[in-house]
Amino acid sequence: MSKFKKKKGGDLPAISTASLPDIVFMLLFFFMVATVMRQNTLKIENRLPAADQVEKLAKRNLLMYIYAGKPSSAYKDMGTVARIQLNDKFADVSEIAAFIAAERASKREEEVPFLTTVLSVDKETNMGLVSDIKQELRKVNALKINYKTRQGDALASLNQ
Amino acid sequence: MAKRSAPEVNAGSMADIAFLLLIFFLVTTTIEIDSGLNRKLPPIEETEPPIIKQRNIFQLTVNGKNQLLLKANGNDGKIIELKDLRKEAVAFLDNGGGTGEDACKRCKGKRNPSSSDNFDKAIISLQNDRFTSYETYIAVQNEIIAAYNELRNREFVADYPNLNMSYVEAEKKYNDARTTPEEKAFLKDKLEAIKLLIPQKFSEAEPRKSN
Repeated sequence: MSKFKKKKGGDLPAISTASLPDIVFMLLFFFMVATVMRQNTLKIENRLPAADQVEKLAKRNLLMYIYAGKPSSAYKDMGTVARIQLNDKFADVSEIAAFIAAERASKREEEVPFLTTVLSVDKETNMGLVSDIKQELRKVNALKINYKTRQGDALASLNQ
Repeated sequence: MAKRSAPEVNAGSMADIAFLLLIFFLVTTTIEIDSGLNRKLPPIEETEPPIIKQRNIFQLTVNGKNQLLLKANGNDGKIIELKDLRKEAVAFLDNGGGTGEDACKRCKGKRNPSSSDNFDKAIISLQNDRFTSYETYIAVQNEIIAAYNELRNREFVADYPNLNMSYVEAEKKYNDARTTPEEKAFLKDKLEAIKLLIPQKFSEAEPRKSN
């Protein structure tokens, strides 16, 4: 009888793709959570020098970033001399004090002693500018600094 | 009118949309954590600097052409290569030329009387020119930190051989957020002891104006 007809063997049933969106969404959420967007749009070239005696920078909210380097190709009208960038705009050395004060004001009082200034400076910058920044930081008593580097052999990359 | 049941929305393209978003976040993700060289700036002080014996200073000058001049161990200054800096710095710090109460029991150096007395007295001084490149400066800083780390590793392993880790590894573990508070407390006094034994005495002069 047809009721008990055996099912035809041979062709495999199609694999259900109904759970594919779920899997993809799971991955999506992972990357959305893990993503750290750049806080500042860089207007300068920022190729970091290499070093191998590095320490990891701890809490992200306790860092103040000062960028320096030549203006990038989109900002050619700013000249070819290395400039400082604070937040999203080019700045002068004299504006660092105000920047540090604003950063300190935005943090809780007990966090202020742990604030670290991160100097993210292009490797082709002259030390003159970096010294000016450091001098300015000493004046406002922001003494904890960190020279941001990438991981690598300092000597090998210097000889290239 | 006859009621029509609402047509089912086709969810077949959902996967495509999710993939698109996924690829966007994959591309923009930077999971790396920033790293760099930690340093402390000296506070601005009005007081006169203390007088330090010439033999305890490792005087390093980097000029505008990124050349290194070293004045230490009683010589008048010689040009050294960057790759020799770490060795020179270790030899200077580890010299242990002091006598009497300045004697250095743990130094393994040559005990040259015209070089540093002990770990605590030895000072590394760096002066750079306004035209020194930042990359060279970082390389010099890196080598100096490496010299200190080399000695600290040696003394750490000598003091605590059963920990099976070097000073740098111990410090990394101490700063790791995953380390338990008990382990942190266990490591803290050991790290402090080594830091006290070999302090990083590093002085930076303001750069010269080159003409």
